[in-house]
Amino acid sequence: MKVLVSGKVQGIVLKSKDSINFLGTVDKKTGIISDKNHDLFEKSLKDIILVFPSGVGSSVGAYTIYSIKSNNTAPLAMICQKADLTVATGCALANIPLIIISDEEFSSIESGMNISLDTDSTNPLHYQ
Amino acid sequence: MELTREEESALKGEQGETMQTAYRILVATGEATDADKLIPIEWAHLAGVNYNTIGDAGEEFLSGISKNARVKVKTTLNPMGFDIDNVSNYNLDENFISKQLSIKNSYEAMGVIPSFSCIPYEIFDIPKNGTQVAFAESNAAIHANSYDNLKTNKESAFSALASALTGKSPYSSLRKEDTPNITIRMNVKNPNELTYGMLGFFAGKVGDTSVNISGLGEMDNRQCKAMCGGMGTSGTCAKFIFGEGDSNCEKIDFDEKELQNIHDELNTAEKGDIITLGSPQLGLDEISDLVGKLKGRSFQKRCMVFTPRTIKEQARKIGYTNELERAGCEILSDCCTCLTPLISKDSVDAVTTNSIKGAFYLKNSNGVGVNLKSLSQIIEDETR
Repeated sequence: MKVLVSGKVQGIVLKSKDSINFLGTVDKKTGIISDKNHDLFEKSLKDIILVFPSGVGSSVGAYTIYSIKSNNTAPLAMICQKADLTVATGCALANIPLIIISDEEFSSIESGMNISLDTDSTNPLHYQ
Repeated sequence: MELTREEESALKGEQGETMQTAYRILVATGEATDADKLIPIEWAHLAGVNYNTIGDAGEEFLSGISKNARVKVKTTLNPMGFDIDNVSNYNLDENFISKQLSIKNSYEAMGVIPSFSCIPYEIFDIPKNGTQVAFAESNAAIHANSYDNLKTNKESAFSALASALTGKSPYSSLRKEDTPNITIRMNVKNPNELTYGMLGFFAGKVGDTSVNISGLGEMDNRQCKAMCGGMGTSGTCAKFIFGEGDSNCEKIDFDEKELQNIHDELNTAEKGDIITLGSPQLGLDEISDLVGKLKGRSFQKRCMVFTPRTIKEQARKIGYTNELERAGCEILSDCCTCLTPLISKDSVDAVTTNSIKGAFYLKNSNGVGVNLKSLSQIIEDETR
């Protein structure tokens, strides 16, 4: 496990099997996924713990993450399988906790789970 | 990552919100790129200047932090969307102009040198060998690592800005001794700048963080820039190492077939309605060469020439701008072919250019057709 942006939150998981291109697929006002082909189509990212493989696409997508945070429609935290610079810098800009977890742990998390995350703890992830 | 006590303190917010955000960006970037510490840098070059690329969110963010953020090291920046001297000729809407000027003001308020150029390596003095810098513009990062004996990550717009504000950058692979994953053997005869652009584009696709490259002959400045621009467009690779490399390193040929594949991918039109020269922007030697090649002939179509403001001033003193304007060129400072809002598919079907980098963005961002030709061919076909 690797901590990219630290923090402490608790919330319900929304998991995507698809990578997310923040620039093209997330509405920067509402935080809703607007890409018909995405498995989270029409789902809102607001106040959930977003679990997805990794970010893809333009690095300017980091500003989309900053925008949804400014508009109070951002996730509480993000958990990825693979680090990418767009999500890393976006979460850093917006101060959204971000961790990278192993493939094994990634496959064990499902939508609807209640998770608490504390990056300062020796065991940062807890399932309620 | 190991942080010093002062870096830890900044990350906790004890040196204000701006420093906290900047260190958060450096740490997130460093962890994502397996850096173990931050190191001092002497020069930052920023991307994320054109309103076309950063949009309202970028404009608002910069406007916010510019109220108290100040750069700690020499900081230069990329082109913006237009040249204020002639923007009225280009039908840009008021919103674009005012948002772009706000972005310009924010960077200037932070103490950034308003260079608006993607070729900092041609218009500023190069520091001594091995100097650590943080260049966000991809062609400039590749040029710095490959030709200027500088060291930089391929920074994002955000990590470069954070480096400007803190004077530090993650100590990631390209700052250390990098091991290329592949050796490319240049195997195309009689290359021109288009060939080198496509070679760079190919290298960016197959390279990881750096590539070995062999079989290159003497190259002029235009060809070197074309190769860096091409590589930066197609991947995350940010360094050419000249030579065959280790005998264990995988070898791959860049031959006529690969050249044709890339040509077919990027060349989408038989002819262009207008011509653009400069992506990367033209340096003084390229302007001089263009004047020499024109020999009194004139373009039969609109020809946009992109060059940094400082180069345009030098060119004016020598008399080159007069000659280019006589030949029908529109000379534009502070902006570039790449991601320009000045070319729209509403008025232009296709553009002729000798830039692979320009071709990629014209096709994918502006949505216009692209007709690739070398400069010599453009002069032969499009001037009289």
